[in-house]
Amino acid sequence: MSNAASLRCRECGRDYPLAAIHVCDFCFGPLEVRYDYERVKRNVSRQSIENGPTSLWRYREFLPCDSDEPIDIGAGFTPLLRAKNLGKALGLNNLYIKNDTANPTWSFKDRVVSIAATRARELGYEKLACASTGNLANSVSAHAAASGMSAVVFIPEDLEAAKVLGSSIYAPTLVKVRGNYDAVNRLCAELAGSYNWGFVNVNVRPYYSEGSKTLGFEVAEQLGWRAPDHCVVPIASGSLFVKIRKGLEELAQVGLIDEPKTRMSGAQASGCSPVAAAWEAGSLNFRPQRPKTIAKSLAIGNPADGYYSLVQLRETNGSCGNVSDDEIIEGMKLLAETEGVFAETAGGVTVASLKQLVDRGDIHPDETTVAFITGAGFKTADAVVESLAPPLVVDATMESFENAFNEPQPVGANA
Amino acid sequence: MAVTVRIPQPLRNLTGDQSTVQTNGTSLADCIENLDSSYPGVRERVMDEGGDIRRFVNIYVNGDDVRFIDGLQTKLNEGDEVSIVPAVAGGSC
Repeated sequence: MSNAASLRCRECGRDYPLAAIHVCDFCFGPLEVRYDYERVKRNVSRQSIENGPTSLWRYREFLPCDSDEPIDIGAGFTPLLRAKNLGKALGLNNLYIKNDTANPTWSFKDRVVSIAATRARELGYEKLACASTGNLANSVSAHAAASGMSAVVFIPEDLEAAKVLGSSIYAPTLVKVRGNYDAVNRLCAELAGSYNWGFVNVNVRPYYSEGSKTLGFEVAEQLGWRAPDHCVVPIASGSLFVKIRKGLEELAQVGLIDEPKTRMSGAQASGCSPVAAAWEAGSLNFRPQRPKTIAKSLAIGNPADGYYSLVQLRETNGSCGNVSDDEIIEGMKLLAETEGVFAETAGGVTVASLKQLVDRGDIHPDETTVAFITGAGFKTADAVVESLAPPLVVDATMESFENAFNEPQPVGANA
Repeated sequence: MAVTVRIPQPLRNLTGDQSTVQTNGTSLADCIENLDSSYPGVRERVMDEGGDIRRFVNIYVNGDDVRFIDGLQTKLNEGDEVSIVPAVAGGSC
């Protein structure tokens, strides 16, 4: 049995059983898993976690699944890199990169799906489904394949080819919806009422979203059981942003780390910046936007956790980046050229925002800062292909090589 | 001012399964009071204890979100359409 006690409405506090429901019947607020932390405290120690599996399931006492055999294809426990070169380029002395490209389907979505799939199976579902901007569909398809469940995944029609392929290979039923992510999401909310499927980010959402807090657990453990001073996190729905802090707070609650004083800063693309825009306006109410950005995995114009993200920015004295498509590409290149990490466009948003926050004086150079890189670059290769140096093409002779090698190298010519 | 109110599915048990109802009001606050007189229980579902619109309830007047107009003080005109729409929870990152 897990240590989960109930689902509780974040707004009005009503309790519900641990079922496949995600919205409060009374006030429509989101439901969140509530735990018996006394029990968690009795069952965990730093040692017991360190002896656990090298996946997010090392934190299972904090997760809402009962099963002794979770659906685990290796999500989580990804590298925390000391990013000295990027730090030097940006003027930060204690910068780390949480490299979540190193997940089974190359994005942090494997964290949420491993938990959602496990819980969906416990709740009796045989089919997994999701509304996705691409990464989630990849992960749901893979976890369904590995667990013997079937999958129906819904994506917007304009997705990058690699993100479509990254689902197709696992043979789900892949549905391209004519419309943007917000339209896909509305369709899935409607379908969830009619089909008895485990929609990981609709009816199974309270369990799903718990996966993101494992990023907070890992960062604290990897820093030697302490919370960082500052986190910079990309914001799409805002769930990841909010849950990383929840992870840090839960560790403190059971005595594994000191009370965190972590500043939480967000990162958005200007082409889809409802949270950044509201934050700049000093408001807790965001205006939904119609997204237009190369950062398609962040293209959620009506973010479900937008309000809680804004509250968190305020409570933690955070800040929010708001960066252009050109800055995103520069960010992707900078990360790759300084740290050897090839991130997707969302990672470019994070690095570009990091730079913006440093330039504005919103990050102190000595703060222990962690930038969260949530997906791998091959998924969005089209975004950078035109801005990279082409290969040298030579005959198999010393002379031809030396001629080419000593030429000034053009950039942006391999379009 | 006679206005039309669109009722979302989760509140239709309060309106005898009607998806649209007619009521009166010169402001949105008025309209909700009158709605609650005709269909008791509507107010506490859309407004919190502090008298504000609940965080995960969106109210639109002729398609415009009242949070970006005058909230509960938004003026209503004859024939306006008020829509009550629970926020869709869900999303990616």
